[in-house]
Amino acid sequence: MQTSNLPKIANEIRLNIIEALHASGSGHPGGSLSTADILACLYYKEMNIDPSNPDWPARDRFVLSKGHAAPALYSVLSMKGYFSHEDLLTLRKMGGFLQGHPDMKHTPGVDMSTGSLGQGVSAATGMALSAKLFGDDFRVYTLLGDGEIQEGQVWEAAMFAGSHKLDNLVVFVDNNNLQIDGTLEEVNSPYPLDDKFRAFNFHVIVLEDGHDTAAICAALDEARTVKSKPTCIICKTIKGKGVSFMENQVGWHGKGMTEEQYLQAKEELEKAGEA
Amino acid sequence: MADVKKIATRVSLGEGLTALAAEHDDFIVMDADVAMATMTNTFRQKYPERFVDCGIAEANMMSMAAGIATTGRVPFVCSFAMFVVGRVFEQIRNSIGYPHLNVKICSTHGGISAGEDGATHQCNEDLTLMRTIPGMTVICPSDDIEARAALKAAYEHVGPVYLRFGRQPVAVINDTEDYSFTIGKGRVLREGTDVALIACGIMVQEALVCAEFLAEEGIQARVINMPTIKPLDESLVLKAAEDCKKVVTIEEHSVLGALGSAVCEVLSEKRPTPVKRIGMQDCYGESGPALGLLDKYGLSGKRIAETVKNWIR
Repeated sequence: MQTSNLPKIANEIRLNIIEALHASGSGHPGGSLSTADILACLYYKEMNIDPSNPDWPARDRFVLSKGHAAPALYSVLSMKGYFSHEDLLTLRKMGGFLQGHPDMKHTPGVDMSTGSLGQGVSAATGMALSAKLFGDDFRVYTLLGDGEIQEGQVWEAAMFAGSHKLDNLVVFVDNNNLQIDGTLEEVNSPYPLDDKFRAFNFHVIVLEDGHDTAAICAALDEARTVKSKPTCIICKTIKGKGVSFMENQVGWHGKGMTEEQYLQAKEELEKAGEA
Repeated sequence: MADVKKIATRVSLGEGLTALAAEHDDFIVMDADVAMATMTNTFRQKYPERFVDCGIAEANMMSMAAGIATTGRVPFVCSFAMFVVGRVFEQIRNSIGYPHLNVKICSTHGGISAGEDGATHQCNEDLTLMRTIPGMTVICPSDDIEARAALKAAYEHVGPVYLRFGRQPVAVINDTEDYSFTIGKGRVLREGTDVALIACGIMVQEALVCAEFLAEEGIQARVINMPTIKPLDESLVLKAAEDCKKVVTIEEHSVLGALGSAVCEVLSEKRPTPVKRIGMQDCYGESGPALGLLDKYGLSGKRIAETVKNWIR
C-alpha cells in the first residue's frame, strides 16, 4: 500500500463513520473522527492481517482501548472486508452484531472487547506479553483516548509494559484534548504526556499533527526499530476532524446528528475526498 | 477428627498448578506480589519462565490475563480474594466475563479464616460477585484432593472459572476410592433424613463435625459437599429437600448471594422448603486466630450444630 493513498482512505473512514452514526442515531462522532488517520495507517499499511481469516493466530493485534470510537473501527473493518458496508449501517441496532462498544465475540476483526476505559491497554499489554513468553512474532497496537489516561489502570499497564521491555507493543494516544466535561486541563490534566510515558520507560514519539498519515507511518517504522522498550505515539489531533461544525466542539463527544447536519457533514467529507 | 491429616488448599493450589504444568505447556500463572502467601511460589520455583509477577496492580493483571487468553493461552490469575475479585470486579465482568475468555481466577484468603490481618483482608463477598457474572463457573473446594481435582477440571473447562482456596489447614475428607470431581456436581458425604446440611469450602469439614454432634442428639443429618456454587447441582438440592424436608446451607462467606442464596433460589422456585442460611450474617470480620473467629461467628462444627438444633426444634 502506497502511503500517498492513506489520506483518501482516512477520509473514506470518516465518511463511513458519519453514515454509520446517522443510521444509528446515537454514538460518538468527535472521538471517532479524530482517530481515522491512525486507523488508516494501521489497517492499510502497518498491520499484518488477513480479513478472510480474522482469527489467524499469527496476525498483528489492534485493541481499541477508547472503545467509544467503535464507529471508526467498524468503518475500517468494513472497508477491509471483515463485513459489508450494509452491516456497518446496523450500528447499535437491537439484535445486530455491531454493539455500541466493540464486542470481540460477535464482530469479525475485533481483537478485544473494550468500552470500559483503561482496560484495553492492559489487554493489549497481555497480548504483547503472551507473544514474548511463547515466542510469537506478532505485534500489538492499541489506541488510548487522552481523557482515558486519567484511569489509574493505564499507568499500571504502562509500568508493566515498560518494566517488561515489551518492544512489540505500540500505544497510541489520541490527544484531541477534549473529554465529556471539558478540556483535559479543565477536568484533570494528565500533562505532560510525553514525559510521563518516558518516565514509564517508553520510547515516545510526539506528532504535532496527528492527522499526518506520512508522519504516523514514519513513527510506526521508528517503533519497529526500537528494542527493549514499548513505543508511545502521542498524536495531537482535532476532535471531530473533517466536519467543520464538529471540530474542537466538546458537545460532539457523543450525540446524534440531525438530517441537515448529516447532509452537511457528508458533503464536506465528499468534497475533501475529491481534492 | 483430631488426628486427621490437614492441608490448606492454598498449598494444593501451588502444588496443583505445578503438577498441571508437567502435562500442559500452554498455561501461565500470574500473581500480584503475594506468591509466598498464595503459594504460587511453589510453581514459580519450578517454572519461572511461565510465572509472571504483575506487582501490586491487580486491575492491570486481570485485563492482561484477558489479553493473554485471546492469544489462546490459559492464564491462572492468583491473589487474595479481596484483591483478585473485590478490587477488580469490573475488569472481570467486562474484560473476562463479557467476552467469555478462558481465564482461571484463583483466590486464597477468602472468608474470615484469613485471620489476623482483619476485615480488610477477609473477603466474604467474592462468591456472590463471581456468581452474578453470566457464564462464570464458581468453585470452592473442600480439601486438598478436591482443590487439585478442581484445578484440573478448571483447566479442561473452556471459559472463565473462579476458584476459591483457603489459608486455613483443612481436613482431607475426599481420600476415598470412589472420589471424582465434576464441575456442577455435589456429593453426599453422610446419609441422613432429618435435615440436610449443604456446605462448601472449609465448611464441609465443619458440617461433618456438626453432623456428629447432631447424631448424639438423635438427629440424623445428611451432609452434602457442594464445591460448585455455579452451576449448582440442582437435582442434589431438590433430592435433599424431598428426603429431609429441611435444608441448612453453610458457607464461610456472606449469606447474601452465594451458596445459601443459590440453594434458596432453586428451592423457592421448584420445591419450597424451609432453609437456614449459616454464614457471615451481613457483617465484617475482625482480627483473630482463624479457629477462634470461626467459632465466634458461628461457623465451627459445634456452633453450627447449636444453630441447627435450635432451628429444627
